Amino acid sequence: MSDSDSNTVDKKRRRMLIAATAAVGAVGTAGFAAPLLISWMPSARAKAAGAPVEVNISKIEPGQLVRVIWRGKPVWFIRRSEETLKNLPSNDPLLADPESSVEAQQPAYAKNADRSIKPEMLVLIGICTHLGCSPTYRPELAPADLGANWKGGFYCPCHGSRFDLAGRVFKNVPAPTNLVVPPYYYKSDDVVLVGEDGGAA
Amino acid sequence: MANNTEYKGLLGWVDERFPLMETWKAHMSEYYAPKNFNAWYYFGVLAMLVLVIQIVSGIFLTMHYKPDAELAFASVEYIMRDVPGGWFIRYMHSTGASAFFIVVYFHMFRGLMYGSYKGKRELIWLIGMVIYLALMAEAFMGYMLPWGQMSFWGAQVIINLFNTIPLVGESLSLWIRGDFVISDPTLNRLFAFHVAAVPLILVALVFVHIVALHTVGSNNPDGVEIKKLKNEKGIPLDGVPFHPYYTVHDIPAIVVFLMVFFSIIFFAPEMGGYFLEHANFEPANPLKTPEHIAPVWYFTPFYTVLRAVTLSPFMGTLAMFGAIIMLFLLPWLDRNPIKSWRYRNTAHMLNLAIFAAVFIILGYLGVKAVTPEFKEMGVRMTEIYFMFFAVIYVHSNSTKPGRYLVWFVILAAAVFIIDFIRYNPGDAASAAQIMWQWVWPIGYLALTLLLPYFMKSCNAEKEVPERVTS
Ligand code: HEM
Ligand code: FES
Repeated sequence: MSDSDSNTVDKKRRRMLIAATAAVGAVGTAGFAAPLLISWMPSARAKAAGAPVEVNISKIEPGQLVRVIWRGKPVWFIRRSEETLKNLPSNDPLLADPESSVEAQQPAYAKNADRSIKPEMLVLIGICTHLGCSPTYRPELAPADLGANWKGGFYCPCHGSRFDLAGRVFKNVPAPTNLVVPPYYYKSDDVVLVGEDGGAA
Repeated sequence: MANNTEYKGLLGWVDERFPLMETWKAHMSEYYAPKNFNAWYYFGVLAMLVLVIQIVSGIFLTMHYKPDAELAFASVEYIMRDVPGGWFIRYMHSTGASAFFIVVYFHMFRGLMYGSYKGKRELIWLIGMVIYLALMAEAFMGYMLPWGQMSFWGAQVIINLFNTIPLVGESLSLWIRGDFVISDPTLNRLFAFHVAAVPLILVALVFVHIVALHTVGSNNPDGVEIKKLKNEKGIPLDGVPFHPYYTVHDIPAIVVFLMVFFSIIFFAPEMGGYFLEHANFEPANPLKTPEHIAPVWYFTPFYTVLRAVTLSPFMGTLAMFGAIIMLFLLPWLDRNPIKSWRYRNTAHMLNLAIFAAVFIILGYLGVKAVTPEFKEMGVRMTEIYFMFFAVIYVHSNSTKPGRYLVWFVILAAAVFIIDFIRYNPGDAASAAQIMWQWVWPIGYLALTLLLPYFMKSCNAEKEVPERVTS
């Protein structure tokens, strides 16, 4: 290029061309990135696994916890004793949400004092509402590590969240909300179906 | 230069086609490093050594490992029992991960002591911090691969951290997992990151880390800029060529390091459950979290911060990431022109020493179960951790001690306001802990701010020498 050429460069035109090239490049990059990013979404196979689960509860003893797996998550069945149910209200002042007022945490038919359809049978998704560990079942009264006020409940080993025997969360722990009650209904006195509410909701 | 190389033979042939000797000179034989390096300066080289160990052992593990939720656990057992020498390769890799963090934590603390992030070295520090982040991501994803109980539940917690982000959190964590729960697609994609993407990034980052360092020149224990005083040939008076002086100097350190490293591999590869956790010798079970769960030791300080902040899960996540982000900001918080703590006031030395101690205590609390006492201590240590950054900022200027007093009042007030919000007489055990453990943060503020205010000698900075000492 001679000097006179470089003096006549049209700067405006050059800037416009650079901008246009960059814009096309950006569209191309986005077009290339989109399928890569979308490939991370759950595949059709992952979406298909989600059928409801049937559980026979007749063999569950008082105080016993039974785990089943539904949509890859643990669901707990616990038969609560009279005494356990009687103790529940005494936790209320220590709880973050004693009235189960956060709607998303349970179906309407479990929004009651004991958070269940039949008081003696507690059905919960066994996943801590903090970061998803599965809390440990600690039914005993006042164990040394959980303190004198402990009336039985769940202790999350990951970051120390505590829940009572209705899955209600205590104050001042990392978990913000009560444990989730999944949709369920009684097909008969002995059989519970988890994953559908049988038109009850 | 390229056409008239002074070298003959093969070297000359290559040197005409590639800037081989130029590079060698710039980074080795004519890179002038301060002559007063001490043991703290070994850790950079050791980190590079560990990086090589990790890459080589990792490649060989990949030849036998299967990234499939059904097969992963068994394939690791197979490596341990049936692959000839497999146990050695695996222990090299797992011990290497812990060794990496030990070395990098020393390397970073060296930076704090000698103010190595100052004097146009901000970028070295920032690149270092990105390396640290990439290293944490790499370690987390590697820990997931054996698909044991700790792999599974660790991944559950870490990925759910994204869940706590308002609005987009749920979809973001779903996208990361590739399923509604942690499962095969999650394992498969983290494997891809662990063996390909992140190692490439790490190697590239280490490369630019060194290029940035060699552009500015190394700092040293005195914090003296050796390039200020040069001889008539333009060579720093206090510099020695990196090769042969430091290459040879580093060899004993490498030998000692490898002796310790292989002793661990042969005699204590699990390190009592700290390098390889016991619960991870059980296959992943999505129904049951192990009763004692704690991350591997190098994450526990941040884990304690996460547990300490119970305002909301998102705040906990923010605090945890905030604890790391704060370190990025150090070059802009510590504005004191004196680099090395040798010449700073006593209060600054105390501040750094306490910060290191608090980091270790946070780490210790992270492996312990949450009792009311430990829970409160976690909160208090978290408070000190964050106040450190305010105090190091206040220490930037020692000529106005009045500001120490003002900041003491501001920070102490913040501590008590937080106590007031947290105090709940209904929860007697926690309330009792709040009532006495305030001594930790207030004691910290007293030592770092009141002490230099009331005692002139603790605020006195020393003259930085012209030349490096010894
Ligand atoms: C893979 C990890 C890393 C490798 C391989 C590495 C490598 C090195 C090497 C070889 C040096 C020169 C030798 C020395 O000064 O010790 C160095 C210097 C330095 N590194 Fe790193 N580094 C790593 C991580 C980090 C991290 C996480 C930080 C902090 C955020 C950091 C901050 C620095 C600083 C500030 C210097 C200059 C020190 C001085 O001149 O006093 N590095 N690094
Ligand atoms: S996951 Fe349960 S407390 Fe964090």
